[in-house]
Amino acid sequence: MSRIKATLANLKSTNRKAIIPYIVAGDPEPEATVTLMHALVDAGADIIELGVPFSDPMAEGPVIQLAHERALVHHVSLTHVLQMVSVFRETNQQTPLVLMGYANPIEAMGYVAFAQQAANAGVDGVLTVDMPPEEIGDLGSLLIEQDIDSILLISPTTSPDRIEKICAKASGYIYYVSLKGVTGAGNLNVPEVAAQVGLIRQCTSLPICVGFGIKDAASAKSVAGIADGVVVGSVLVSNIAAAAEQQMPGDLNVTALGEIVAKLVKDISVGANSVE
Amino acid sequence: MNSKTDSSIISSPVDYGAVPDARGHFGPYGGRFVAETLISALDDLQALYLKLKDDASFQQEFDKDLAHYVGRPSPVYHAERWSKQLGGAQIYLKREDLNHTGAHKINNTVGQALLAKFMGKPRVIAETGAGQHGVATATIAARFGMECQVFMGEEDVHRQSLNVYRMKLLGAEVIPVKSGSRTLKDAMNEALRDWVTNVDNTFYIIGTVAGPAPYPQLVRDFQSVIGREARQQMIDRTGRLPDALVACVGGGSNAIGLFHPMLEDASVAMYGVEAGGFGLETGKHAAPLSDGRPGILHGNRTYLMEDEGGQIIETHSISAGLDYPGVGPEHSWLKDLGRVNYVAVNDDEAMDAFRTLTQIEGIMPALETSHALAYAAKLATTMDKDQTIMVNLSGRGDKDILTVAELDGITL
Repeated sequence: MSRIKATLANLKSTNRKAIIPYIVAGDPEPEATVTLMHALVDAGADIIELGVPFSDPMAEGPVIQLAHERALVHHVSLTHVLQMVSVFRETNQQTPLVLMGYANPIEAMGYVAFAQQAANAGVDGVLTVDMPPEEIGDLGSLLIEQDIDSILLISPTTSPDRIEKICAKASGYIYYVSLKGVTGAGNLNVPEVAAQVGLIRQCTSLPICVGFGIKDAASAKSVAGIADGVVVGSVLVSNIAAAAEQQMPGDLNVTALGEIVAKLVKDISVGANSVE
Repeated sequence: MNSKTDSSIISSPVDYGAVPDARGHFGPYGGRFVAETLISALDDLQALYLKLKDDASFQQEFDKDLAHYVGRPSPVYHAERWSKQLGGAQIYLKREDLNHTGAHKINNTVGQALLAKFMGKPRVIAETGAGQHGVATATIAARFGMECQVFMGEEDVHRQSLNVYRMKLLGAEVIPVKSGSRTLKDAMNEALRDWVTNVDNTFYIIGTVAGPAPYPQLVRDFQSVIGREARQQMIDRTGRLPDALVACVGGGSNAIGLFHPMLEDASVAMYGVEAGGFGLETGKHAAPLSDGRPGILHGNRTYLMEDEGGQIIETHSISAGLDYPGVGPEHSWLKDLGRVNYVAVNDDEAMDAFRTLTQIEGIMPALETSHALAYAAKLATTMDKDQTIMVNLSGRGDKDILTVAELDGITL
């Protein structure tokens, strides 16, 4: 059983929601990433989504765009991100890791090489924002061969027909994008999310995790009432950035950054698991 | 004739009218690499376009606007003095610079604004580099009474201040884009982000033959009026088809517009001219077909300027309209087939051509177009005097006079 499947099954059996924090690998500095990942786990992260930096992150709002830019100042490539995953795996074999990014770095590495190297590093899932199921080509089957889940997006504009098609190709969990917009937007509409999640449930028994627009305990709670997990990204990334800016350049206090994200994740976790 | 034209003779027949396929693919290129939220909007647009494409009343409305608003057909001008000076082939100019708003861009914006009208969208957005597409979009939005926002890299806002002001006068809001390299590619990212957010009431008027399907197809079809007219005009003027076509390629809309209707005319050699910037050898250029490799950006698979890890790299060109790291997917396909020859011209060569045409023919070309002219001049000298080259004079150069003055050390 894959780590993602086992983790989500375990949470379901104990009636808990999956807490899925997102950070960008290499932000604010490459040295910080593995430490931050461990801090996230210690604070209660069930799965980590690790953003792969890209020069043109077209689905991101300003907060995460800047995180990609900060990582790219340090030339953090997909190869580096996989190295970070390997280092993380030296001391953590339980927490599922999902790479979230854009198609071109994978295209540049080559699908076969990427699937192999991701598996070797210990990646459990891959979510490629700009690769809808029609375009995924050989990558989907190559990932499956390596027991890596192909996490697919469903959005408020996805038609019922299409929901069915996407569910048939997805594995691990469904990532439901809660709103029309970029990451970090604030226009979450819970009844709309509930309606679309209801449609998805008719097509699949996969867990449904909701992302975009979740920024605190209250929004986590409202979404957790509907979904199996919540993804939280921009609020973590903006707090990391704000704290790093206060620190001395070149002398980053990563432990302090870890404490900040840990507090945010704990709040979110309390919110998400306070659903009656 | 230049030996390069041999590649235009294709061994097995290719059906150029059969691309893209139903999913927007030109061979391995094109497609629809976007976030899920945009898929339904693209589906709707594609369904509507495929219906209206063959709808007589839509085509009539489009043709009427092209005739009475844009001013088509645009003339073909024989640049006799210049041809004589070069001493080779006869150069003819397809005068897209004489269109309303001064460039070929308006052909496409008229078409897409009609689609927006059919879809009942009250708001249009656009990305722009040199500002010509932004001006064309602002123009048609004014005419149709649509709200219009144009995304423009901050760098380009400075380089093209005249066009920025034109857009404002037309009632559009110009939004300077401060992310990434602050040029056309970042403007396109920002327009896509806006569209994801406002997809219900907004039509995204893409200015070139790139982006997710169906844009490369519909922009090509709207721009193909250039090549259809040019083909007939050359037959009327010279009794035969031109021996060579030359057009500049940034995203590649003016080039595909000229080339597409003549792709099956095997005797017509075609040259797409990319921005060589400081020179291909310097790496500081905007010539993905000449010195890039296939990848995925802005919704399609195509040749890109990227580093080893797949990050898009900053491009350089003296002309804002060519300063783009990608290119339309159909050009990538035509390159691989060998049907079109893609070449590059440096900043300096383009500037020389700008001055030459201005002084010898009294026609001031856009800096983008000047790249095509520079290559045409080289090509002409390798050809006989009774042969002909048609250059797409895609835009006029008024917008560039500040850039040129700056190079001359003059403050206006």
